[in-house]
Amino acid sequence: MTLAKRIIPCLDVDAGRVVKGVRFVDIRDAGDPVEIARRYDREGADEITFLDITASSDDRETMVHVVEDVAAEVFIPLTVGGGIRRVEDIRRMLTAGADKVAINTAAVFNPDFVREAADKVGSQCIVVAIDAKQVGQDPPRWEIYTHGGRKPTGLDAVAWAHKMEAFGAGEILLTSMDRDGTKAGFDLALTRTVSEVVRIPVIASGGVGTLDHLVEGVTEGKADAVLAASIFHFGQYTIAEAKRHMAAAGIPVRL
Amino acid sequence: MAATIAIVDYGMGNLRSVLKALEHVSPPGTAVRVSSDPQVVRGADRVVFPGQGAAADCMRALRRTGLDEAILEAVQDKPFLGVCMGMQVLLETSEENQGTTCLGVFPGRVRYFGTALDRLPEGRHFKIPHMGWNTIRQTGTHPLWAGIPQDSHFYFVHSYYAEPADAALRLGVTDYGIAFSSALGRDNVFAIQSHPEKSAAAGLRLLENFARWDGAVP
Repeated sequence: MTLAKRIIPCLDVDAGRVVKGVRFVDIRDAGDPVEIARRYDREGADEITFLDITASSDDRETMVHVVEDVAAEVFIPLTVGGGIRRVEDIRRMLTAGADKVAINTAAVFNPDFVREAADKVGSQCIVVAIDAKQVGQDPPRWEIYTHGGRKPTGLDAVAWAHKMEAFGAGEILLTSMDRDGTKAGFDLALTRTVSEVVRIPVIASGGVGTLDHLVEGVTEGKADAVLAASIFHFGQYTIAEAKRHMAAAGIPVRL
Repeated sequence: MAATIAIVDYGMGNLRSVLKALEHVSPPGTAVRVSSDPQVVRGADRVVFPGQGAAADCMRALRRTGLDEAILEAVQDKPFLGVCMGMQVLLETSEENQGTTCLGVFPGRVRYFGTALDRLPEGRHFKIPHMGWNTIRQTGTHPLWAGIPQDSHFYFVHSYYAEPADAALRLGVTDYGIAFSSALGRDNVFAIQSHPEKSAAAGLRLLENFARWDGAVP
């Protein structure tokens, strides 16, 4: 046996409520993070990622309670991203029951924050989220964007991933901004390039529309984990179906 | 009086998940307590020793708080569960932090994955840390394995692994390029490298077994 490739559903949370239309016929409250997390756990999710998209800082505290409530009932790893800017933010989330935090914009503006965070809480808790857009064809080149893919930073995504590993990141959450929301599949060249450059695990994200996309992320993209949102939320596929599909393709998964 | 389980808190991370998972599976009336007080550890019926972070920081914190002594007493006769770093520091030494002297409950040492993996032809393809769900092959029967299917998946996050000097201590083996000891035990002490509190049904069952274990190994 060997280390399983992980399937990670990702939930957007706004002021404590799951948004972007999770639609399960058998869930009474489609906005309840605990109920949805329980459901994904039962289906065999290997981890759950919560992305806090709360705009108002007053509502930030709400995310802490969401994590507390979920962690009291769901016993698989939990990652929280969004609005993590200081070591205190990280500690609050870990104390609430999160296992990892994803740092995105704060890392771009202050790379030393990643070093400080890894030093204080350990690399295993630190996921660096990278939002990348392709900016060159031959050879292919990707640039980091912030603010939901609106602001270019001039940073090369592959070099950045390498640097973040050196600064103590324990994992990379790699999202293709070109593919995000398209259902056209992962940017496999980006995923493979980053996976081969770093020795920490890479989570592929952005673009999943079919179960074959998940398979390609691992076989061609060399990702250690695959993250998806809408294909699971809308009940198009269950996580159990996704796992059986990956297993049938010869990928080791936890069934 | 209700049974008590002490979760040793030496200030190195999040113990809430361990607490919640134990509360979830313990028999009714069990008091589960997170504590950094050696006296609470001494007074408990069962002790869980979790952990995160680096070996040197862990050992420093244990010595400063006097929890090292309380742990060494507990392993004498109480049902005792070491988890992750709480497993690793039960050995004699760790390669982490340029060499760290540990508690020496089990003979052997803790080694860095990179050193072993880099000797393999394809070793470079193994990511470090070993993070995610991997299987544990139970190498013998044990009360804590009761009801857990052979080769069940558990959640791991670690860059170092235990290498016991005595193969008889091995209770579980996991493959990650090399076959390493993912569970160790002797008498009333059981130690596991993975995080049972994050390992879904298999992990909860192990914790439930521990919450009911009297420390005897038939």
